[in-house]
Amino acid sequence: MEIFGVPSALFGSQLLIGLINGSFYAILSLGLAIIFGLLNIINFAHGAQYMMGAFVAWIALTKFGVNYWAALLLSPLLVGALGVLLERTMLRKLYKLDHLYGLLLTFGLALIFEGIFRDQYGISGQSYEVPELLQGGVNLGFMFMPIYRGWVVVAALAVCFGTWFMIEKTKLGAYLRAGTENPQIVQALGINVPLLITFTYGYGVALAAFAGVLAAPVYQVNPQMGSNLIIVVFAVVVIGGMGSIMGSILTGLGLGLIEGLTRVFYPPASAVVVFFIMVIVLLVRPAGLFGKTA
Amino acid sequence: MTSAFNSHAEMLRVRDLHAFYGESHILHGIDLEVARGECVTLLGRNGSGRSTTLKSILGLVGRRSGSIMVNGREVISEATHRMAHHGIGYVPEERAIFASLSAEENLMLPPPVASGGMSVDEIYGMFPNLKERRNSPGTKLSGGEQQMLAMARVLRTGAKLLLLDEITEGLAPVIVRKLGEVITELKARGFTIVLVEQNFRFAAPLADRHYVLEHGEIIATIPQAELAGRMDWLHQTLGV
Repeated sequence: MEIFGVPSALFGSQLLIGLINGSFYAILSLGLAIIFGLLNIINFAHGAQYMMGAFVAWIALTKFGVNYWAALLLSPLLVGALGVLLERTMLRKLYKLDHLYGLLLTFGLALIFEGIFRDQYGISGQSYEVPELLQGGVNLGFMFMPIYRGWVVVAALAVCFGTWFMIEKTKLGAYLRAGTENPQIVQALGINVPLLITFTYGYGVALAAFAGVLAAPVYQVNPQMGSNLIIVVFAVVVIGGMGSIMGSILTGLGLGLIEGLTRVFYPPASAVVVFFIMVIVLLVRPAGLFGKTA
Repeated sequence: MTSAFNSHAEMLRVRDLHAFYGESHILHGIDLEVARGECVTLLGRNGSGRSTTLKSILGLVGRRSGSIMVNGREVISEATHRMAHHGIGYVPEERAIFASLSAEENLMLPPPVASGGMSVDEIYGMFPNLKERRNSPGTKLSGGEQQMLAMARVLRTGAKLLLLDEITEGLAPVIVRKLGEVITELKARGFTIVLVEQNFRFAAPLADRHYVLEHGEIIATIPQAELAGRMDWLHQTLGV
């Protein structure tokens, strides 16, 4: 069986890889968008926090025997708590300054975190075994799908849409949306905006760590895993535009798929296709596909 | 009722309030008091410090000093979000209706701060338009509807002291008349109201007392009874 002259198994597996990458893009760009919306800070430490999520899971498993499922909850909580601490002690002092200061601070933090892990664990990757329940694969007829990869897509999408629901449909989300527009008035209406900001940063960081745990069995756990990914994620955010939650999710998934397709039809371009699209979007629609032009 | 103040009837007492934005010193020692159930206006030209007075009470300025007592309690060192919980409802000049929230989400946004707030049904009774448009995005409402929404938003919370900043600005006469009726009804319900107004004709019949500001200071306090005799002076001072 062939699709556009390409064997369907190859087509399918590249599409699946694209979908998996897209799931990571979606969950990471979603966190960045939420954080930027309320804090006005471009969280350059996002990749490092994703990496720490994976490492916490790996350390928990190898040193303490904490299994994958517990790590899926524990690691975001732990790394999110570290995020809360950073917000309370450092980021808080930068809100009144230009975006650039937040970017510089979080960039510095990212380098420090990566340095610490490189010092402790070296740059060679650590492998994390796929949990027993999700081992093996299924034959879908046109291709073979490893169960764990399917699970990554399902789990990432569930978390993305859960987050979307929380922001668009709940009271807490209404606070967040209103706070993103005009934090001063929201505060004058009696809502504890500083607490909301802390929670939001912690949640965004926890999303990154969650993605890290999901990634641990797929990619190798190494100190550089975040910085490799985050550059693409920033391109995704630029393409999608900062303004929209659903926009971040859809752009992330879409670009993952486009990357996958490029790998099928013209492999050499697959590493740059996202940046190519970014350039075009910046020229045609500087605020991004879903961004609101100010 | 000018000098008939006693501490029980006092809702708001501001003493020697100074406010700063960065290096600029905007308010130079404001003193004012508002009794429970009273409606006072802050009059003055643009830039005289009327809006800044309201913002300073809420802590929305860079820095402030002096004393702000709400219901007999000193609140000047408290965070902005605590002020609503002392029973202050703020309607900002820019209305600040949120675009990403529906009209009803805007209405329901502020947390209740005291018992005795108006119910949603009562509010929709007072502003029928808001009920019709409750599912529209907040900023798709007309200017008048947005103003009503900004008022309705703080009536639900149980706040008893309303700080209203330029609520008639840029609105059609029919809406202004409606807002006048609303203020009259709110007074009848016992709300305490501080009104910053450019539209003197709107504010004059509603208020019990008028504070006149110039260059960040209060230069006159005019009780309603003396208003007629000081009209010429007021017109000159306000440039209306």
